[in-house]
Amino acid sequence: MNNRHLYTLTAALTVLALALFAYKVRVLGFPLAPQEQTEVWNVEASVNFDPGPAAVIATLRIPGLTPGFSLLDENFVSRGFGLTTRNAQAGREAQWAVRQASGRQALYYRALVYRDSRIAEDTTPPFPAPPVLDEPSRIAMEGLIADVRRQSADVATFTAELLRRITAGESDPYASLFLRKESTPAQHAKLATVILAGAQIPARVAYGVRLRRETGSVKAEPLLEVHDGVQWLYFDPQTRQQGLPPDFLIWWRGDDGIASIEGGSNLEVELAVQQNLLDSMLVTERRAERSGSHAVEFSLFSLPIATQAVYSVLLMIPIGALVIVLLRNFIGVKTFGTFMPVLVALAFRETLLLWGVALFAVVVSLGLIVRFYLERLRLLLVPRLTCVLTVVVLLMAGISVLSQRLDLQPGLSIALFPMVIISMTIERMSIVWEERGASEAVQEGVGSLLVAAVAYLVMGLKWLEHLAFVFPELLLLVIAITLIVGRYTGYRLLELLRFKAFAQGRGP
Amino acid sequence: MFGRYRTLSSEGVLGLNRRNGDYILKFNPRRRYPLVDDKLKTKRLALEAGIAVPRLYGVIETQREIRSLPAIVRDHAEFVLKPAHGSAGDGIVVISGRSGSRYRTINGELLDQGWLSHHLSNAINGQFSLGGVQDVVIVEYMVHFTPLFERISYQGVPDIRVIVFRGFPVMAMVRLPTRASRGKANLHQGAVGAGIDIASGITLDGVVGTEVVTHHPDTTHAISGVSVPDWDTILDISARCYELTGLGYIGVDIVLDRDLGPLVLELNARPGLAIQIANRQGLLRRLELCQARADFSAPPSQRVAFAKQAFAHPVGPVGP
Repeated sequence: MNNRHLYTLTAALTVLALALFAYKVRVLGFPLAPQEQTEVWNVEASVNFDPGPAAVIATLRIPGLTPGFSLLDENFVSRGFGLTTRNAQAGREAQWAVRQASGRQALYYRALVYRDSRIAEDTTPPFPAPPVLDEPSRIAMEGLIADVRRQSADVATFTAELLRRITAGESDPYASLFLRKESTPAQHAKLATVILAGAQIPARVAYGVRLRRETGSVKAEPLLEVHDGVQWLYFDPQTRQQGLPPDFLIWWRGDDGIASIEGGSNLEVELAVQQNLLDSMLVTERRAERSGSHAVEFSLFSLPIATQAVYSVLLMIPIGALVIVLLRNFIGVKTFGTFMPVLVALAFRETLLLWGVALFAVVVSLGLIVRFYLERLRLLLVPRLTCVLTVVVLLMAGISVLSQRLDLQPGLSIALFPMVIISMTIERMSIVWEERGASEAVQEGVGSLLVAAVAYLVMGLKWLEHLAFVFPELLLLVIAITLIVGRYTGYRLLELLRFKAFAQGRGP
Repeated sequence: MFGRYRTLSSEGVLGLNRRNGDYILKFNPRRRYPLVDDKLKTKRLALEAGIAVPRLYGVIETQREIRSLPAIVRDHAEFVLKPAHGSAGDGIVVISGRSGSRYRTINGELLDQGWLSHHLSNAINGQFSLGGVQDVVIVEYMVHFTPLFERISYQGVPDIRVIVFRGFPVMAMVRLPTRASRGKANLHQGAVGAGIDIASGITLDGVVGTEVVTHHPDTTHAISGVSVPDWDTILDISARCYELTGLGYIGVDIVLDRDLGPLVLELNARPGLAIQIANRQGLLRRLELCQARADFSAPPSQRVAFAKQAFAHPVGPVGP
């Protein structure tokens, strides 16, 4: 019964840890690996115009509903202009206004976008009103619709066939009536929406840019959006390919241009795209911020950077302790003090392993020599410990100074050694030395160093540190493991050697 | 590796994890530990219960009282200094005589008053106690060990360790000092451990470290076949130590005095596992046999009788 309780608790902790972990990875998109990077694009629109003598209002359509992409951040550069953003019927708009301006003006809009497959299109639109046309055009349109309908099965094939006829241009008897010579794909798309409206199919033209790898200015391209009653379908009016191209960022929709101006002239809009790589954690943070999720607010990322650094180390301590648990209870390594090796391993983070081991060995050996000398002076225990501690601090200072003179950087970081722990280790070691002999003392000393080295190597794993910091709930798994290990009553590895007499002496 | 694991398992060898998890944690209530961790308390408890212990000459509790040592031992040429919280024999000094103003240890070393004072002050400040807590030093009777073991021990006092599980003596050994252990009956300092047949009180082969030995390394006499005197008394005392402490899994350390017979030296709530090597028998098998068959409400005499019958060497695998 006792064991069932333990296993239930272990299972509960495991499930809780993994559930939180999965939620943060799958839903919030916390990165699994350190330094994982997300592709982001800087898209920029620069609006240039000559202001008139009076007040000027410049309107720029800005990305609102962008299937396949999410907005991470946006900002406006508009010196001296009043700025408002609003949701108009056709999408989002930014409006710059100024009472008076002189000289050519340049306004900028910048947005940071990243791929996000969860952004879906908007809801089902109402049926469009039939277009108002003169009689000959109406007859031609009805003829075209009847023709296309005959050669298609559903909305998708209807649109494809219609686009084929429109792009064929003059060679199609009906479509040629609506088109001027050398018409652009945008005009094709526009015409398609009119005819689709005549066929009672909701459609609209979306304009967007392709997000490429290379940096540079881009042109807005049209895309025909057609609703088949369930979802929006996308058609490239030029190639007639169906589907939303994966690198296509929809900027604005509707028949109007990207920008308009009142009280000014010579309006020019240039679009540019630049690809960047951003730390995934940053993207996650900003995204959570924008979506109003509290996961980041209550994570360690909400702490000041210096405190974050402290915690990224502290969260590794349980893992180091777990290493010690495994080494002690499964292998049976003897150490001085239960968690002394973890503290030494923490010091190794700064000194690095080889230097750490060497410095540790030097300090402890010198300390031991002093301790053996103090033994002859017959000091009381606490004064003697204080004396050893002082000597240890002096030794460390001496080693630092010496290594500075010798230009050995790692020697300086010896200051991070836990000196109180080292003093206690020296004291314990000297007692073991006297009472049980040198071999036992050296054995335990080497054991401690070995455990510290293993703990250091494990605690130094970058991905483990990242996981512990980004997903602190995984430490619940550490608790679960210690619960299970805490009930392990099998032999330790070194006991197999210790009881070897049983393995040999069975026969007679 | 796995083969070895299976061998140990089938031999019923008790490992540290299992000892801690299934026996010490289960049968030794924490609050009773002080009774055995403090040797002074153990001594007083034993005296109340009528169990023989080495006579107490005095207690040195503070730095000031170190000066009173000569007064305490004025009438006793031989005595033992023992930190009350010492573990594994650490800090014990055995004085077997004087030479002028100096004390002679059992190994023949001469110690002056200054050395002893320093040692006592270390002990009082907790150098030998677990966790370095303040300690007191017991001054007590030096055991004159029975000549019986003289042939198979080198100086020092051989002692007998009995593992008592819920009042049943389940396994026993005698620890024989060697030159390597510097006269101390401590196995990890190099003393020889020799198993004792619970039923007859006759010694078996010995062990040094993890190696089996048939002859004492210093005296070269055969270790096995020595009959321990007062064996029934030893078993009886061990069994009664359960009532004394209420601890279900203890090691009872007993010495045999030439004149006074068996004396309880100390009790241990975390007895070591080397006794299994000394007996070349797993403890687990006996413990499980005990748990399966024994009547735990029986008085000490019946428990001893059960043990003598059940644990006669060698104990076979637990039957159905």
